[in-house]
Amino acid sequence: MKKTFRRWIDGDIDLMENITRTAHEHDMDRDEIKKRKKQVSEIIRQREDSQSIILAEEKGFRIFYNIAAIISCVMLITVLLYCVANLPRFGQENVKATVVTQRYIEKGLEETGAVNIVSGMILDYRAFDTLGESHVLFTALVCVMVLLRKDWKNMNSKFEDYSSIRSDRYFQTEKDVILQTIGIVMVPCIFVFGTYVLLNGQNSPGGGFSGGAILGAAMIIFTAAFGFRKVDRFFTLKLSSYVTFVALSFYSFAKGYVFITGANGLDNHIPKGIPGAILSGGLILPLDIAVGLVVACTMYGFYSLFRRGSIGGG
Amino acid sequence: MLETLLVNYEEAAAIILFGIGLTMLLFHRNLIKKLIGMNIMDTGTFLFLASMGYISDRKAPIITGGVTNVEAYINPVPAGLVLTGIVVSVSVTAVMLSLTIRLYRRYHTLNLDDVYILSKHQTEDR
Repeated sequence: MKKTFRRWIDGDIDLMENITRTAHEHDMDRDEIKKRKKQVSEIIRQREDSQSIILAEEKGFRIFYNIAAIISCVMLITVLLYCVANLPRFGQENVKATVVTQRYIEKGLEETGAVNIVSGMILDYRAFDTLGESHVLFTALVCVMVLLRKDWKNMNSKFEDYSSIRSDRYFQTEKDVILQTIGIVMVPCIFVFGTYVLLNGQNSPGGGFSGGAILGAAMIIFTAAFGFRKVDRFFTLKLSSYVTFVALSFYSFAKGYVFITGANGLDNHIPKGIPGAILSGGLILPLDIAVGLVVACTMYGFYSLFRRGSIGGG
Repeated sequence: MLETLLVNYEEAAAIILFGIGLTMLLFHRNLIKKLIGMNIMDTGTFLFLASMGYISDRKAPIITGGVTNVEAYINPVPAGLVLTGIVVSVSVTAVMLSLTIRLYRRYHTLNLDDVYILSKHQTEDR
């Protein structure tokens, strides 16, 4: 048992499929795939031979489809280009600055405490919009998990063929010196930069989405260079779901509290801080961190699910 | 009309990108190419929004030197809209790619015509 575990750690065998990697097996799989593809094309050819009447009908439909598509494309693009030609000149203020924009720029710093007006806009005035965006990301992660996770239901359909799926360890490079050296140098820098962008969302360009995407990218680079073994020790499905849940619920409760007190004309006792300092902008910094955690978990989750069909080995 | 199009070159480029994406979406039979077309359409929309918010000789909406005058900064609203759009685009792309993977596992082809023929064939078998 201990020996098997040791070999699993080294990446020689995969306990999930209980298969030792050999070059011979790879060739066999390839032949099998080729055979299946041949079968598929044969079925298509048979179908075309025997049901040429239906195909003739489909051909008529195809011609109609192509003509209709060309006409609609050309018409749509012409109309849109005509509209663009009648727009005000590029770089000019096309409308007299609307009430909303004026309010955001003139009162934004005073009301939200954020130097970056866009940040103050999306996380203070329009915070529920951003909450919806985070939920869109979360829902997309859940959908991908439902569709691609290697669980009993997804791997046991009689209509699907799993011969093209191989264990992830098959594709993992053992010791890619260039990738690993650059990974060692770059990944800490990318993590520090991502944290900087995440924490300075209220003072400079950046914020939750961009910072979270950079953190997720750092984790993806690390995984591509060193394999899932080390990341799996701390980033499990449980941790990912807990972090996402806590971040999203913290966001909704904090913003709900602020909106309820604001609507009833009460003071919400959240200090605004000095504009420009890192602890400023009231709730903007914590909300940025919450959004950034959700985005980082989602990015890494997408990568992990697409590559091997699970988050954190489970 | 052509002169105004040349002046509004960013918006015109955005519309052309949108048209390329729509054409790919309509004419390619390969699902991955359809997805790429949809992403190009998204890019066109973002370029259009970003160029509509731009006002020449003004700064990005980050308050510098305590100036809080509308005349000093560009419009911040399109920036927020582009942010929303990018997030939705990423999510939609991920979900569509995973659906494509499941479809490939079932039919071993990405061509929509073949998928159509095979699906008819397999329903008759059942």
